[in-house]
Amino acid sequence: MKHPAAVLGVGQTHHRAKRLDVSMAGLCREAIDRALADAAVDWDGIDAVVVGKAPDLFEGVMMPELFLADALGAVGKPLLRVHTAGSVGGSTANVAASLIHAGVHRRVLAVAWEKQSESNAMWALSIAPPFSMPVGAGAGGYFAPHVRSYIRRSGAPAHIGAMVAVKDRRNGARNQYAHLRQPDITMDSVQASTMLWDPIRYDETCPSSDGACAMVLGDADSARSDSAWIHATAMRTEPTTYAGRDQVDPRAGRDAAAALWRDAGIGDPLSEIDAAEIYVPFSWFEPMWLENLGFADVGWKLTEAGETGPGGRLPVNPSGGVLSSNPIGASGMLRFAEAARQVMGRAEDHQVDGVRKALGHAYGGGSQYFAMWVVGRDKP
Amino acid sequence: MTADIAVVGFAQAPNVRRTAGTTNGVEMLVPVFAELFAATGLSKSDVDFWCSGSSDYLAARAFSFIAAVDAIGAVPPIMESHVEMDGAWALYEAWVKLRTGEADTALVYGFGKSSAGNLRRTLALQLDPYTVAPLWPDSVTVAALQARLGIDAGRWSERAMAEVVGGDVDTLLTHPYIADPLRRHDCAPITDGASAIILATGDRAREINDRPAWITGFEHRIDSGSLGARDLTGSPSTVAAARAAGVDGVELAELHAPFTHQAILLRDALGLTKAVVNPSGGALAGNPMFAAGLSRIGEAARRVFDGSHGRVLAHATSGPALQQNLVCVMEGR
Repeated sequence: MKHPAAVLGVGQTHHRAKRLDVSMAGLCREAIDRALADAAVDWDGIDAVVVGKAPDLFEGVMMPELFLADALGAVGKPLLRVHTAGSVGGSTANVAASLIHAGVHRRVLAVAWEKQSESNAMWALSIAPPFSMPVGAGAGGYFAPHVRSYIRRSGAPAHIGAMVAVKDRRNGARNQYAHLRQPDITMDSVQASTMLWDPIRYDETCPSSDGACAMVLGDADSARSDSAWIHATAMRTEPTTYAGRDQVDPRAGRDAAAALWRDAGIGDPLSEIDAAEIYVPFSWFEPMWLENLGFADVGWKLTEAGETGPGGRLPVNPSGGVLSSNPIGASGMLRFAEAARQVMGRAEDHQVDGVRKALGHAYGGGSQYFAMWVVGRDKP
Repeated sequence: MTADIAVVGFAQAPNVRRTAGTTNGVEMLVPVFAELFAATGLSKSDVDFWCSGSSDYLAARAFSFIAAVDAIGAVPPIMESHVEMDGAWALYEAWVKLRTGEADTALVYGFGKSSAGNLRRTLALQLDPYTVAPLWPDSVTVAALQARLGIDAGRWSERAMAEVVGGDVDTLLTHPYIADPLRRHDCAPITDGASAIILATGDRAREINDRPAWITGFEHRIDSGSLGARDLTGSPSTVAAARAAGVDGVELAELHAPFTHQAILLRDALGLTKAVVNPSGGALAGNPMFAAGLSRIGEAARRVFDGSHGRVLAHATSGPALQQNLVCVMEGR
């Protein structure tokens, strides 16, 4: 039997390029303390801790949750460390949810973080293991061909990417925690910014951030009237390379979305989802994922019509998304947490009116790893 | 109540000092999966959920677990997760998944190619990066500190440690120290390896295995990461996990003790007085990082499969000086 689970509270750090004012422990605690306060739960109320972050080489510490056990409040409790590449923040939330769904625990603290300034992410991603094809291009260089392929296949006009960047950065300007807050950004300024990996320009690229996100999840007895109920979770993985693999529209993402909508009882996601936090590290991934998730057959048309803006049919990334803050290991959990904030009505200046159901989405690696959830106001 | 969940299959790669393959485990895992499928009659499409345990630092690369997925042939895509921990914790995540009712079968694996680097120094990077790791106390040195504290406290002796290994104890005690008071026989070998377990629920488990090892308790806890903040001669996390799991009446125990004094410490923490301990040889006979804990669960389950034991315990550890500990109790019915 599946026990109902809900988000009781969320917290996050102020995300910056270098949080030199805090250690790794301090960074995590900043998010955790806010989540506990938001959930009105104290340490004694936490049964277990689930931690997620992307590769340990990003900080230069092997399994850092071991030395962080005290700061994470995990001593004497069960602690799990999840790592599923860039989707890890979402996967961590899903694993924490499963501990409640399984009836193992009543309240679980989920934490995801990255402190990129401790090490060098480009170095960490550029190690050339034997017998493996070197990428040597960073994430932008890896994904640019996928974007070009999307533009060619869909016939999207060239300005769609800039539209997404303007929308997400302006959204980020209303989010007090966002790393980049650019209320004055315009189509012209984005299109005048440096071309990094054609067709991806500087202003269409996520930043590198130090940051953390935490959530307290609980069972039905712990939930309050404004908690965000978890309606469904999904995770799917596919190999990096196989004959016929479609990196633009990966089957793992399609399968995960299909399972998610089925389990959440959603027949028409575009009309039933009121806000979506989608993992968009490069602007063009908004229309790509709109299609992969089944919101639209032609994603760029929704974007071009302004339907993904704050007042549109499907507000996407009202928090500013990954384009405004990207502490990699936490970026997925931020999507899940921001979806919960919308449902709980606690999204401050970037609150979308009347959100009853919201999507949190994360992907990782070379688009092999997907994690998603739907949260809603009504108990499932 | 949730359906009963059992270990129904176990296989492992040879525990060897050095393999020629990549650090992503694929070459070790492919034959292990084949052996598991042959023994259980399952194929990859019968597996509802996959979960693995491994370490990027051990593999000296980011995302080594993504490459390991190539051992599965994950087309169509699979429901999958990964922990940066020993595979025993991946098994725990899978056990939780089965309890939610979202899956009835799970395949869990762990892998580690320790020979790829200098294991002692690699593990030093698990320590506090601001105040401890810069001093490079390696994993054997930290274990030696723990062994010395226990000797000074009268908890064990160098002779008692040698007796964990067995054989000619007097001769063993003439050998030189490699990190006082640890001698070579006190330390697990550096091992490449991989292992895998299949879990199944209720009737599905009974279809697959005539005598499944039903999980009656599965718990884990962590102690402080600060070596100076905990009593290294005890293991509160093991005691708490054992109490929660319920270990009364176990007839056999497989302990993940990479050092002899840790076997003594764990026997005491678990209150094992009559149980047979480590019939497989334990981690002292083969210690593939990120698989050795999962292998303890598999080795214990195998004694249930074969009908030789009714109630067994397996233990796994992670982190410096037994920081994090897991207890899994299984029984035949």
